[in-house]
This record gives sequence, C-alpha cells and structure tokens, in this order.
Amino acid sequence: MALSGRANVHAPSRAGLLIGRLARSREATLAGVVIVLAMLVWLEAPNFLSSTNLISVTSLTAIIAIAAVGEALVIITKNIDLSVESTMGLVAFVVAEALKGQNLPVPAAWALGLGLGLALGMANGVVITVFRVPSIVATLGTLSIYRGLTYWVANGQEITISDLPTGYTDPASQTFFGVPLFVILAIAVVIVAGVVLRYTVLGRQVYAVGSNAEAAATVGVRARSTIFLVFALSGMLAGVAGVLWGIEFGQLYASSASGESLAVIAAVVVGGVSIAGGSGTVVGAAIGALFLGLINNALVVLNLPQEWLQVIYGAVILLAVATDALVQMRAQRAKARSRMR
Amino acid sequence: MTEDPRPAGGPDALQPSPKVSVAAGGHSGSAMSRLLGSLAGAARLELFLVVILAFLIWWGIQLSRFFLTGPNFGFSIQAVMEISIMALAMTPIIITGEIDLSVESMVGLSSCVLGWLWASGVPLEAAIPIVLMVGVAGGLFNGVIVTRWGLPSLVVTLATYALFRGLGHVVLGSTVVSNFPAGFTNFGFGYVPGMFVPWTLLVFLLLALVTVAIVHWTWIGRQVFAAGKNKDAARYSGVRVGALKTALFAVSGLVAAFAGIILTSRTSTASPDNGLNMTLAVVTIVVLGGVDINGGKGTVPGVILAVFILATLKSALTQAGVSTDYQNVAIGLLLIVSVITPQLARLARGLLDRIRLGRSRSAPHSAPGDVIR
Repeated sequence: MALSGRANVHAPSRAGLLIGRLARSREATLAGVVIVLAMLVWLEAPNFLSSTNLISVTSLTAIIAIAAVGEALVIITKNIDLSVESTMGLVAFVVAEALKGQNLPVPAAWALGLGLGLALGMANGVVITVFRVPSIVATLGTLSIYRGLTYWVANGQEITISDLPTGYTDPASQTFFGVPLFVILAIAVVIVAGVVLRYTVLGRQVYAVGSNAEAAATVGVRARSTIFLVFALSGMLAGVAGVLWGIEFGQLYASSASGESLAVIAAVVVGGVSIAGGSGTVVGAAIGALFLGLINNALVVLNLPQEWLQVIYGAVILLAVATDALVQMRAQRAKARSRMR
Repeated sequence: MTEDPRPAGGPDALQPSPKVSVAAGGHSGSAMSRLLGSLAGAARLELFLVVILAFLIWWGIQLSRFFLTGPNFGFSIQAVMEISIMALAMTPIIITGEIDLSVESMVGLSSCVLGWLWASGVPLEAAIPIVLMVGVAGGLFNGVIVTRWGLPSLVVTLATYALFRGLGHVVLGSTVVSNFPAGFTNFGFGYVPGMFVPWTLLVFLLLALVTVAIVHWTWIGRQVFAAGKNKDAARYSGVRVGALKTALFAVSGLVAAFAGIILTSRTSTASPDNGLNMTLAVVTIVVLGGVDINGGKGTVPGVILAVFILATLKSALTQAGVSTDYQNVAIGLLLIVSVITPQLARLARGLLDRIRLGRSRSAPHSAPGDVIR
C-alpha cells in the first residue's frame, strides 16, 4: 500500500517534468531548427551570408516579429486579431502620405504611426469588449474596414521612394555594430513584452484570462480590461510594424502588407503559442517569425520556385500544431497510465 | 435552435437538449408542430433581416429607377452566387462550433486544376468530376485533421488556406487559362432563356432548399445543433461528432470546388488568384444571417435572406458610385453591426426594465440570445 502510494507520487511528477522540459524547450528546439536550416542553406548557397542578404532577411523578419509579439498577446488571451495586415497597411500609407503632403518631421511621423495603430487596436478592443462581438468576427470586419480606409486615403495613388524624405527611409539599411536597426528594435520589443508577461501582475492576468476566464474572474482579474489592453497593444505594435514596412520598402500601395496576417499568425502558432489560449511566449513567436522568414529567403537564394512558399507555410503550421497535439496526447496518456498504476 | 429557453453557456449538459429530446418522437404531427414552433421562434430575426432588405431596396430605388428591374436583379445576384453557395455549406460547420477559412483557397485551387486539365487536353466532362473530387479530398483533409488530431479548425483551415492557394500556384504557375468553350462559360454567365434568372441562381435555390431540409428537418440537422450546443452531451446521446464534422468539412470542400468551377465559368478565367478574399464574404453572410459564431444557434432561411441583403447592398453601393474597394468597408461594418444589434437590443431592454421597475436595479433580464433569435 505504502509502496504503491509512493509510485503514485513519483510517476506523475516524472511525466510532469518531461512535459515541462518539452514545453520549455519549444523555443530552444525551434531555435536549433533555425540554426541547422540556416547552415544547410549557407552550404548550398554561400551568398546567403552576404551582408545585404542578411540585412534584408532579418529586417523583414523583424517587422513580422514585432507584429507577432502583439498577436501573441492576443492569442494567449484566447482571442485572435485578423486585422493586423490592414492595420499595418493603413498605418504605413497614412504615415507616408503625411510625410509626402504635410512635410511632417520624421519623429512626428513615428508618433503618428504609433498613435494610429493604437487607435485602430483600441477600436477593435471596444467592439470586442464593450459590444461583446467575438474577436474573430470583429477583426474579420475591421480587416476589410481598415483596408477599405487605406484605399480611400490612397485614392488610386501610390507612394514612391522619391516622395519620402531620406531621413525616413535611411534606417532600412542602418546597422549598429553590424546589427540592423530593425533587429535591435524587434529584440527590444520582445524583451519588454517578455518581461512584462513573465514578471508582472499584468502578464499573469493575460495568461489567466486565456487559460480559464471564469477562474480568473473569481480571483478578481478584470478579463474585459485585459482583453481590451492586448488588442490596443496589438494595434500599436502592428502600427510600429507598418511604419517599418514603409521604411523598408519605400514604395507603398493601397494593398501593401496584404496577406501578412497569415504570416504573423503562422509565426505565433509555429512559435508554440496555443490557439486555445493560456500558453506560449513572445520569444517563441519571434523565433517563429525568424523561422518563416528563413524559409522564405531560402527559396530565393536557392533559386527554388516561389510558388511553393505558401504550400510550405501551410505545411509548417500544420506540422507545428500537430507536434503540440502529439506532445499533449502523450502527456495525457502518461498521466492516465500513472494514475491507473 | 430557438425553443431553448436558456441562454447559451447555461448548464446545457444537465438539461436534455431540446434538439436531442425531440429526436426520440418523430411523428408527422409533432414534426408539423415542431416546424411551426421553430418558424415562430425564428421569425423575429428573419423579420429584422427582411426590414434591412426592404430598406436597402428602397434606398436602391432612390438611387436609380433601374434598380428594381430584371436585368439589374440578374446581374447583382449572379455576382454573389459563388460565395452564397459556399455560405450554405459553411452554415452547419459554424453551427457545430467550427469554421472553414480555407474555402476561398479551394476556389482558387479548383479553378487552377480545371484550367490545367483543360489546357492539357482533358475534356470538361472528365475534368469537372476530377475537380469536384479534389474539393472533397481537401475538405476531408481538413475534417480528418480537425477531428482525429483534435486540433482547432481555425488553425487547421488557416494552414490549408495557405496550402490550397499555394498548390494552385504550383499547378498553374503564373499562367492564366481562358480559352474555355462557350457552352461552359454560358453556365456561369448565362440566364434562363427569356428570364432574368441566372442559371447559377437556380442552382443556389436548389441547394438552399436541400440545406434547409437537411439542417432543419432531418436527424442530421438535429445532430449538427446538438454537437454545436454541447459536444460531450451530443456524444453521450450517440452522435458521432467526429464523423459528422468530417462529413461537413468534406461537403464544404466539395461546394467550394463547385464554386470555383462556377467562378471559372462566369469569368471564363482559371487563375491562381481566383476567389481571393471570398472567405470574409462567406463568413459575413453566415453571421449576418443570425448564426452564432460560437455554434449551436442559427437558421438556414436567415442565411438565405443574408445572401439577398448582401447582393442588394452591393448593387445599391455600385449605383451610388462606390467602387468595389470601398464596398468592403460597408460589408465589414455590416458584419459587425449585425452582431452588435442584438447586444444593443439587450442593452435597450435592460434599460427599459430598469426604468419600468424603478429602483430595483438588479432586475433579472435575459441574455442576448433570447431577444432576437
């Protein structure tokens, strides 16, 4: 009796440790895959490590990673923001338009982009928390509303790099001790968001709302305020990503950044954030963005047909969520087995 | 559906779900009373939709005296037939609490496969069944992964949304096939002789009737609602939830492939970009039609009304000189407003109750579902 009781104490904890290690190593595993893949690409195509290519691939990745941090916050609360691509497109276009037409100073353009993104995110938040529209419906709506507004602002025009002041577009190629400026910014965003999520009350609340809304409410978490906040932040970070998009490309259309919501959500999901809410990290989301950016770039430098890109995106998302499901199933089975013993 | 007196999220597991309990006694008499009951209950939402439709038609007439004419009707309705047919298949999926975001990419993939087969000399009589089978295969793929692996359909169909679109690009490359025979393009583009009724509208109405019959009058429909209200309770009542959902996804894939064929026929173009952004419109129709995105509630007649609302709105906006790029703003707003309105009705009712009852602020008032649905 005593012996079996002991076994009962030990078996689940061993399984628990294993799950814990697997869950914790998700980011590390993915980072390992990224490094191996990068080395394979480099062996096949040495120009992969040329500084122009590296700056280009990491800058694009940084843009997606910043938006993915916001999306990760939203998905951890068991919601989803489909409107990020339209927020990015609208912010990028409005900022560029303001720089072109109003001769806005560059810092003011940054503030405008940040503020507009925040406002669009807050609009999502109001629809979702005040009017209680499910986030998938609300952001499906604003996905097309914000895109329509971009067409309205653009009014059939496009913006070319000659319309923009050089002070605005310069950061695209600037590096700091060899590291592109965009990457430093993305790392800063990831660190701040990661620290807030892990070490603050607010961060705990984000996880609490996502893992069990009722329990969170019982212990006094105001779920609606938390959800409003993450949508506002997601909008703001999409705004930052939009400004960077404009800087990186210098050429803007009303349809700019179309389809990027998929890339952003894919990065988050591949990075180990569960769509069921309550788990995952922003570091994972950022590494997910790096992984997808690397695949994208690999097709280019290896001269593989670009048509396969979306096929690979789809397959990678499926593989990532299937792996998660498998790990969870194993864990549950292990737990059940240990309980039977 | 509507006869459930409790708001969603209540302890459904403890109460026998009305849909399940009805399943026991299926005589013709009770079927009639059941039908009448559900009609009366659903009438309030459908009435709301009819009012919106009437307003849009009135607005259209103000804009142009050609608005309410046969040619304009035929033209406007033809333009939304692909998304409308897909909305019919999406309705039971959303009622079971799932979603299929991949439909627009299946439209693109099926269009590409059709174009590729035709360009390589396969006759259309053989190509069309192959394309439909591709649709079933894609839908089964979605369904099996969702049900067997227990993954959220939102993520799975987001992945296949990329996958199917990518496969379309792989199949057709960057070429566009457009030399289809007139007999084929006439199906998507033509009208019933002597009338302003497009062939595709006939197909839609037929499919709509079939969908109403299956969802509201058969045991399959009752299982759909049961699975959407409480998956576990449904399973304990003998509903094979996994098989049911897999079948619904397969049908959705089949219908999306069919919509791809119609679109290819109507535009006489097979291109990897066919069907882009259609998922938004499909989900908008279903949600506008009163189907709860969280599952368990909704009616097919509501969705059919939403089809006509969308067609009328698009036509009126075109008359008003609003280009397609801006029309999406109106559709997005309509989507949000259609969900907000019941909430506003609830708030208004709560406010009225509060005024009527004076100081007793804690007066119980019911949840959003009851007001309109």
